[in-house]
Amino acid sequence: MAETQNVYEIPIGPIHPALKEPIRFTFRVEGERIRGVDIRAGFAHRGIEFMAMKRNLIQTLYLSERICGICSISHPITITLAVERAAGIEVPPRAQYLRVIYSELERIHSHLLWAGVAAHELGFDTLLHLTWKVREQVLDLLEELSGNRIDYALPIYGGVRRDVAPEQIPKVEAMVRYYRGLLDELLDAFLRDPSVEARTRNVGILTPKEADSLCAVGPTARASGLSKDVRQDRPYLVYGELGVKAITPRDYGLEPRGDVYDKAVVRLLEVAQSLDLIETCLYEMPEGEITSFPKIPALLAFLKKAEGEGLGWHEAPRGEVIHYIRLEAGVEEPIVWKVKAPTYSNLMSWVPMFRDQEVADIPIIAASIDPCMCCMDRVHVVRDGSPGTVLKEELLRLSRAKTDRVTRHLSPVPRHGGGL
Amino acid sequence: MTALHLVWQAAAVLVGGGLLGLVYKGFDRKLAARMQSRIGPPLRQPFLDVGKLLVKESIVPKDAVGWLFKAMPFLAVIASFTVLLYLPWGPFPAILRSGGDAILVLYLLAVPAVAMALGGFASGSPLATVGAQREIVMLMSYEFPLAVAVVGVVWRLATLGGGPAFSLGAIAAAPLWTMVGPLGVIGLAILAACLLIVTPAELSKIPFDIPEAETEIAGGLMVEYSGTYLALFYLADAAKTIAMAALVVTLFAPYGIAGLLGLSGAGGQAVDLLFHLVKIFVVMFAAVTTVRVAMARLKIDQVARGFWLQITAVAVAGLVLLVLDRMVVG
Repeated sequence: MAETQNVYEIPIGPIHPALKEPIRFTFRVEGERIRGVDIRAGFAHRGIEFMAMKRNLIQTLYLSERICGICSISHPITITLAVERAAGIEVPPRAQYLRVIYSELERIHSHLLWAGVAAHELGFDTLLHLTWKVREQVLDLLEELSGNRIDYALPIYGGVRRDVAPEQIPKVEAMVRYYRGLLDELLDAFLRDPSVEARTRNVGILTPKEADSLCAVGPTARASGLSKDVRQDRPYLVYGELGVKAITPRDYGLEPRGDVYDKAVVRLLEVAQSLDLIETCLYEMPEGEITSFPKIPALLAFLKKAEGEGLGWHEAPRGEVIHYIRLEAGVEEPIVWKVKAPTYSNLMSWVPMFRDQEVADIPIIAASIDPCMCCMDRVHVVRDGSPGTVLKEELLRLSRAKTDRVTRHLSPVPRHGGGL
Repeated sequence: MTALHLVWQAAAVLVGGGLLGLVYKGFDRKLAARMQSRIGPPLRQPFLDVGKLLVKESIVPKDAVGWLFKAMPFLAVIASFTVLLYLPWGPFPAILRSGGDAILVLYLLAVPAVAMALGGFASGSPLATVGAQREIVMLMSYEFPLAVAVVGVVWRLATLGGGPAFSLGAIAAAPLWTMVGPLGVIGLAILAACLLIVTPAELSKIPFDIPEAETEIAGGLMVEYSGTYLALFYLADAAKTIAMAALVVTLFAPYGIAGLLGLSGAGGQAVDLLFHLVKIFVVMFAAVTTVRVAMARLKIDQVARGFWLQITAVAVAGLVLLVLDRMVVG
């Protein structure tokens, strides 16, 4: 049927109860059917990469932790990997295991957070409250290990800042046991509840082909059946030795459909996977140093002399996160720091997922990629005081100009008002 | 009965019903919170809410159809409180009585929904428009099973010679369960179940809170309402909750316990009234509170299909059983 004048626009956001962070959707709706969507991002842009250019690398590390409250292990781990590669720093084996433990703890709490939010988007508040109640256990453990519920300040260039003490090991084991015992109940509440199934099955479908061509990452891609996981595809830390396999709905005995239900399946199974990884790391972790630079001034002095570029990648709870960093000898600040968060890769998946769905599905589909705007927003264009738009050709030109500046070892920011 | 007496009684029912509605809302919220392992608001929270809304600014959006927008909350309140006047209150007969008040109550119960939908359309917000469309679809979906359940019961009673047809007073006076045969009992049980399923839909509570759907359309119908107008809708909802639960009780469980306890006179009436209120509470707790903590919100097409096909089929089956019972028992 051709689009008629019955198509009207519904704005969702930038501030809306369905959205936990600011972004704007403009839906073209016919009755209850969505015919198209326009997405506008950039409302949570804070200029973090630019701020880093005025700070030394240690300060930048803590800044990276504040990109996002939920990914406050993922970003620091990725930037440390990038800097270690650029400066040629070795990481002691024990520190690598500890980083894996901390990352997997973050994955558990992030996925449980998502599950609660998803339940809330479906109007199932009981499930939200119960999920977030059980999430407290992993937050308590993170507080026990790091001193904080979020923003843990754990990774440092060359290692980690805190060890897991022998007396803390029983607490980690207790947490693993707690969630193992609970997992069946969680799977039952989310995957075998008829009203949840009615709202998530065949809703917000992302076909494997679309997921592949739109470069979806993380659980969003895996729910469509793609075996795509940075921990498996480009192992780092000790993930290669741990033998991580990408989880798809097939692991639950389902043929992947790429709908919201499958995304819940993948995330809940990944909680179980993370529990296994934490347990393995806890027992296989060798004794030894936890950092190659116990003294911060020595680390700073070393980093100041370092020269080179490095790429760090990590499978954050939401998918692949990449940090690029360029260091120059004699300069304390990073010359270039580029962050690519998972939501940036998943953003375009929304377009096919929303197509021909109902207005009622908007919140759960929006939530299904577990979007993180504050991770993602890296630019906001303002022209004459109002939001501007950059079209593809101009964006390409600007990107090339920036790459050119970076490769010629110039500042990524144009000096004389060129470009933007 | 003098006119003054009538006015006095009506005032008692209206004020009492409104207060009771808010008290029950408080229980509903507290119990739901406990089931979700939350502490929940204090029991008097609905009173605080209404009090606060009444002193808040009432904003009428620039794009709204002003008079319609302002009139609809009043219509909703008047309609839902009028229902209270047509319902018997335990040992006390309804204040207003007429031949076909069962039918009248059905229409009055639909009026607040229509008022909310019109108010939504009049508020000039796309979110409210979506909510209003959904409210109308909901209304069309649950109205038929509701009518089947109510009409089935009153019709069967009329065939048994239980007073004037379609009179709620007659139903309250003569509970059907013991008067019909086994087929009739099954039929009545089915209709009672249907009515319990319709109850949360009639009251727009989860899984049927689709017209308001906070996470989807930010309160839908209510999105532009504030201050006094919102307080009126809130009161209408409280009264309608009581009315709907009282209707279920009147149709299917109009029993008193004063006789069992050997009480009579004013004491017996007081006990029976209290028992009636407890029954209303039980119906609300079973059909609204527990259901809304145990389910996710459904989609409008799922609800429409469910009510039009499954629930209607079941309700009609109940009605057929009652008809068969009439043929067998007489």
